[in-house]
Amino acid sequence: MADLTSSFCGISSPNPFWLASAPPTDKEYNVRRAFEAGWGGVVWKTLGSEGPPIVNVNGPRYGAIWGADRRLLGLNNIELITDRSLEINLEEMARIKKDFPDRALVASVMVPCEEQHWKEIVPRIAETGVDGFELNFGCPHGMSERGMGSAVGQVPEYIEMVTRWCKESTDLPVIVKLTPNITNIIYPATAAKEGGADAVSLINTISSIVSVDLDDMAPNPTIDGKGTAGGYCGPAVKPIALNMVAQIARTPETHGLPISGIGGVTTWRDAAEFLALGAGNVQVCTAAMTYGFGIIKEMTAGLSSWMDEKGYNSVDEIVGRAVPNVTDWQYLNLNYTTKARIDQDSCISCGRCYAACEDTSHQAIAMSADRVFTVKDDECVACNMCVNVCPVENCITMEQLSPGDLDERTGNRVAAEYGNWTQHPNNPMAKAAE
Amino acid sequence: MASSGQVEQLESGRVTKEQLDANFSDLHPEFDSHEAAVAADRCYFCYDAPCVTACPTSIDIPLFIRQIATDMPLASAKTIFDQNILGGMCARVCPTETLCEEACVREAAEGKPVEIGRLQRYATDVSMRSEEHPYTRAKTTGKSVAIVGAGPAGLAAAHRLAMLGHEVDIFDAGVKPGGLNEFGIAAYKATDNFAQEEVEWLLKIGGIKLHSGKALGKDFTLEDLSKSHNATFIGIGLDSVRKLSLDKENLSNVENAVDFIARLRQSSDFSKVPVGSNVVVIGGGMTAIDAAVQSKLLGAEEVTLVYRGSQKKMPASQYEQEIAKSKGVRIIFNAKPVSIEGSTSVEHIEFEQTENGSAANKNFSVKTDHVLKAIGQLLTDEPQNLELEGSKIKVNALFETSVKNVWAGGDCVSAGDDLTVTAVAQGRDAAENIHSKLMGEG
Repeated sequence: MADLTSSFCGISSPNPFWLASAPPTDKEYNVRRAFEAGWGGVVWKTLGSEGPPIVNVNGPRYGAIWGADRRLLGLNNIELITDRSLEINLEEMARIKKDFPDRALVASVMVPCEEQHWKEIVPRIAETGVDGFELNFGCPHGMSERGMGSAVGQVPEYIEMVTRWCKESTDLPVIVKLTPNITNIIYPATAAKEGGADAVSLINTISSIVSVDLDDMAPNPTIDGKGTAGGYCGPAVKPIALNMVAQIARTPETHGLPISGIGGVTTWRDAAEFLALGAGNVQVCTAAMTYGFGIIKEMTAGLSSWMDEKGYNSVDEIVGRAVPNVTDWQYLNLNYTTKARIDQDSCISCGRCYAACEDTSHQAIAMSADRVFTVKDDECVACNMCVNVCPVENCITMEQLSPGDLDERTGNRVAAEYGNWTQHPNNPMAKAAE
Repeated sequence: MASSGQVEQLESGRVTKEQLDANFSDLHPEFDSHEAAVAADRCYFCYDAPCVTACPTSIDIPLFIRQIATDMPLASAKTIFDQNILGGMCARVCPTETLCEEACVREAAEGKPVEIGRLQRYATDVSMRSEEHPYTRAKTTGKSVAIVGAGPAGLAAAHRLAMLGHEVDIFDAGVKPGGLNEFGIAAYKATDNFAQEEVEWLLKIGGIKLHSGKALGKDFTLEDLSKSHNATFIGIGLDSVRKLSLDKENLSNVENAVDFIARLRQSSDFSKVPVGSNVVVIGGGMTAIDAAVQSKLLGAEEVTLVYRGSQKKMPASQYEQEIAKSKGVRIIFNAKPVSIEGSTSVEHIEFEQTENGSAANKNFSVKTDHVLKAIGQLLTDEPQNLELEGSKIKVNALFETSVKNVWAGGDCVSAGDDLTVTAVAQGRDAAENIHSKLMGEG
């Protein structure tokens, strides 16, 4: 059995699966059951300043998009930070840490962007025995209107400043949670690093309108006839999160900064992908909200079995393994040539590849009168669209042409050597080899 | 016990009323909207979809399923009705397992086709429950068309012609319209008086007058119609049943399966429909299966279906055969009846085993008190002066008969299979051709 124990910026946990700061981590009752189910760590629902608690809407706070059979693919929410008093939260956190000393307990914090607020609350929270802090610079709704959450996360100077205040207030690890609602994730990540952050976590939710009620002509979820932008999460956002994680992992300025990967992690495989792209651990929210805490058993067992199968002994061995293979478009090998191949034995003759190819751009699939579909090599640009629409797994594959083979589309022989855009004769900026 | 010289009375009420209700409940109940959405999602929206090719009425199946998936059942139903105005009944009675669903690529992929029939039923049921009839009539043309027979072919032709602006008179020999939809289909396939409701719904388009109890050759002639109307469409179906041509075929309790099925369909209380305790059904088509299954559902102890050919040759689909077997019907292949025995009522029937259609010199006997014959229907009382092909009315590709201004379609013509859906397609296409002719003449 592979060892799943995780040490993330100095915080240890029995496995790399943490529950993200969100409704499932809002109270002791939940966190206790989550730990009993096997979760490695919890980032407690974001704490705010002392005083009258936050007020949430009293109508619906979640909206969703669905796939087949109402499978939830994307969720958005307009819920704010914890609406329970700071005192109760701190008491519960202290009890949890005492009862589950081997699990990671991290406090998520969001207070106004003034030094004394952060410097007062951070030491006070530290008294509970938490293992570290996560600064919520991510929430794109509600709190951002009050100058907090993503309103801070969108200004790198603020990120750096607040991170520094927190680092001055505690010796515990400080994780900065980043918002994806920016143009380039490297700027806020660099700012966090400059401010002394021990790690970043991303992504927080994406500003979104999930759907429109066409009877009421208002965004969902609708509150008394009105709607507002909410934070989007769940399986649908995973590709955006993976990219941002990878960019931080591969950019020299931020490379090496520990990353807690968040965004649509639903299965062990999603987690493995985040780890491969440089995340040191993952945080899960929507999947736990959708299916309950029990999914952790699938996640830990799946990751462990896969690691055994691949011969990986520890989580750290996976972290960042795919990062060297993330590159810029300009460095992709333009001499690598493939053609679509349709396996006639597994083809069910639905014709989706034909429709897609015909109406996409390339007209590279032929259809016979008796519904046999074949690839026209002289037209196929290997775009992969046929593979993506084919309902039969592995029926259509991309077959690589060997060096020296004729590419019937271009009339050229496939070159053996690597050749990218920076060297290409059509590129006016090409640095000619000769 | 049957005893010689006495007519054996068939028994009714062999099973309890509750059991009968359960036995004759809907074979494929309607989907609710969620079930429909899940089933619709399985459709791949194939290019030039094979299911459409397999449908005799060429319904754009991927489109209507996508319309269900996008929660537009009324638009979906319109897609169906545009091609097949009896889409509701066809959703219930079509042998989809040998038509659209057999062609479905998911049948090839995983042996589980998209449930096209049930999806069609979902959309058409939703539409037919709504207040509005989905079609309106074109401006009146001043032309009139006579239709003989209010079965699937005649009704489809009538609706299309009325929609195109013609005045339509339907003459039907039955006491009720619907033809085989009303009289010839197993009760569990068309529950809740659906055939009549469908006719009422279809007539809502307006411009169609129904004259029930009027038979061609008895109450009027083709010549009469040619005088009173600009065109005539004949959709009279088949009027008689093939005989076994055996001695003692006239013994009591030897009857045509279609009569038994019609009696059942017309009964408001199945506990009063008599059936034998040892039923033998002779034949291999859907009528044979429907008769056998329903005998069993009424409480017959033993039901044996005997077909002269092999299982492969059997016209009833594998799926229909499975339904029969699952209800406890015993099916014997490769055997033909050689004699019926009994004094006044049938007591047993003698079969000869056949091999590749010829006698194998092996006989066996089946004890029976009720024989249902289902070896095919015939057109014997064909309208005068119409040229025949085989024993059916000869039509060309436009469904024109040999007589000017007379068209025909459905089971009574030589073209196509004897299926409800084929009859609908022929009625529809004949109507379009009648319309072109009438308007071309100006």
